[in-house]
Amino acid sequence: MPANHETSAPDAIRIARPRPRPAVTRDNAFFWDGVQAGKLLIQRCRCERLRHPPGPMCPSCHSLEWTAILANGDGRIYSFVVAHHPPVPPFDYPNVIVLIELVEGVRIVSNLIGVDPVQVAVGMPVRAIFPELEAGRRFLQFELVEE
Amino acid sequence: MRYENDLRDRAAIVGIGATEFSKDSGRSELQLALECVSAALEDAGLEHSDVDGMVTFTMDNNPAVEVNRFLGGGHLTFFSRIHYGGGAACATVQQAAMAVATGVADTVVCYRAMNERSLNRFGTGIQDMQPEPTTASAHFGWYAPYGLLTPASWVAMVARRYMVEFGATSEDFGRVTVAARRFAATNPKAYFFDKPITLDDHQRSRFIVEPLRLLDCCMESDGGVAVVVTSLERARNLRCRPVRICAAAQGATNEQQMMTGFYADDITGLPEMGLVAKQLYATAGIGPEDVQAAIIYDHFTPFVLAQLEEFGFCGRGEAKDFVKDGHIDSGGSLPINPHGGQLGEAYIHGMNGIAEAVRQLRGKAVNQVDGAEHMVVTAGTGVPTSALLLGADG
Ligand SMILES: [Zn+2]
Repeated sequence: MPANHETSAPDAIRIARPRPRPAVTRDNAFFWDGVQAGKLLIQRCRCERLRHPPGPMCPSCHSLEWTAILANGDGRIYSFVVAHHPPVPPFDYPNVIVLIELVEGVRIVSNLIGVDPVQVAVGMPVRAIFPELEAGRRFLQFELVEE
Repeated sequence: MRYENDLRDRAAIVGIGATEFSKDSGRSELQLALECVSAALEDAGLEHSDVDGMVTFTMDNNPAVEVNRFLGGGHLTFFSRIHYGGGAACATVQQAAMAVATGVADTVVCYRAMNERSLNRFGTGIQDMQPEPTTASAHFGWYAPYGLLTPASWVAMVARRYMVEFGATSEDFGRVTVAARRFAATNPKAYFFDKPITLDDHQRSRFIVEPLRLLDCCMESDGGVAVVVTSLERARNLRCRPVRICAAAQGATNEQQMMTGFYADDITGLPEMGLVAKQLYATAGIGPEDVQAAIIYDHFTPFVLAQLEEFGFCGRGEAKDFVKDGHIDSGGSLPINPHGGQLGEAYIHGMNGIAEAVRQLRGKAVNQVDGAEHMVVTAGTGVPTSALLLGADG
C-alpha cells in the first residue's frame, strides 16, 4: 500500500484494498477469462458430464479432453449465508453469499447483490451478471429475477 | 467395500497430558508441546527416552525433531504428520496404533500445541492468503472473491440447507452449546468453568455468519495436549488402567471437499464421517447401542447434529429432537463432551477430547458418565476426518 494511505481514513483504505484474487491455474484459467468477457463458462467432458469446480480429468469416463459451454446464467438459490463478522475490506456488510444451482445442473458460489438480506430465501430464481466492481475488472455476481 | 481392519485391540492409550487452556499462554508453542508431552509420559509412568515415535498435525508448528531433541526423547523410528486441520486429531492416534501394531515403534507420542488465540487465529480465515497457481490455492479461489472467507462461513452454507431440509432452527443449534456449557461449568479446567448459558443467551448472541451466531462457534484457545500410545500387552504392565483402541479410522469420500462440501446431490450430511463410523463399528464388532458416551467434534454446532446422525445415534434429520429430548446431557442416553467440548473447555483441535475420553474410560473424569465402557471420539468435520472407538480395559 502507498505510504500516503497509511494515515488516511478507513474508507480510503477500503477502496485501496481489492477483492481477494483467485489463484489461476491451467485447470481454471478458462473460467476466469470468461468472467472478464462477461461469460459464465462451465467445463464439459466429451461424455457430456459437466464439472464445477473444474479439473483436468472426468471422474466418470477418465477423459482428459474437455470443452467449456456457455451457461445461460439462470439458476436458483440452493443455499445462502449472510456474513457479518469479521468484516474484511472491501466487502460491504452484511454480505449475502449464495450457492446457486444453475439450470444446467451444476452449483457455483457467488454474491447476491441489490437485495435486502432479510428477503433472501432458498429456491429464489436468480440470474448471473458481470459488474465491473473494480476499475477494469469484472466479477461474477447474481441478482434476483421475477418468478 | 471392506470396512473392517486389523487394528482392534492392538494398541492402547496409556498416558495423557495437557497444559492449562487460555487466551494467551505467555510462552512459545514449542514450550507448550514439551510441557504436554512431558506430562503425558509422566502420567504413563514412562521415561522420555522411551519415546521412539511422534505424530502431529501438518498444521502444528512444532516439528517432531525439535520436540524430541529438547524432550530428551529416544531415537525416532516413526514420525508422521496428518493433513486437513482438525480432521487429523484422531488420525494421530490411528497412525500411532498402526506403528505399534506393526512393530515400527513401541512408544508413540501424539501431540498438538498451539497459541491459536494469541498468535494465529483460525477464525480470521483466508483473508490474507495470497493466490498461488497451485491446486490447494485454486480451491479457495471459488470462495474468496465473494467474501466466503472463514470456517464459520463455510459451515453456515451447509447449515442453512440442513435447516431447510429438516426444519431445524437456530434454537436447535443453540441447545448443543447450552449442553456443552453446562458440562464446562462443572469442569475446573474448562475456560468456561462456572459460566453456564441459557438458550436465550444463545439467541441474543450476535450473528457471525447467518445462520450461525457467536455462540454456535467454538472458542479460540492457546494450549497443548498429548497422548501416549503403546501396545495393549505392554499397556497392562504400566501405571494407569489402559484405554483400548478398539478401532481407529480415517475417511475422505470420492466427492470430498476441504470445508466446502457444496456440490454433492445431498449436502446435509457428513459422508466422510459416515465412512469412518462404518469402519469403527465393523472393526470393533459393536454398534451405536454399545456406546455409552461420546466426544463429538464441536467447532460449530450444526455439525454436531449431523455427526450424531452419521454415527447412527439417531436417524437422519432427527438429531435436533435427540438433543432437545436431553439425550446428550448428563444422565441422558448418550452424554457428549462431558468436559465441555471445544465450545466449553478449550479448542485444542480435538486433542483435548481424546484426553477426556481417556479420563472417562479410566473412571476418573470430573463429570464422570456412569458405566462408560465404550466411547466414540470424532475429529474435525467438513474436512477429511478421523475417529476412534475407545474401550475401558478390565
Ligand atoms: Zn467424461
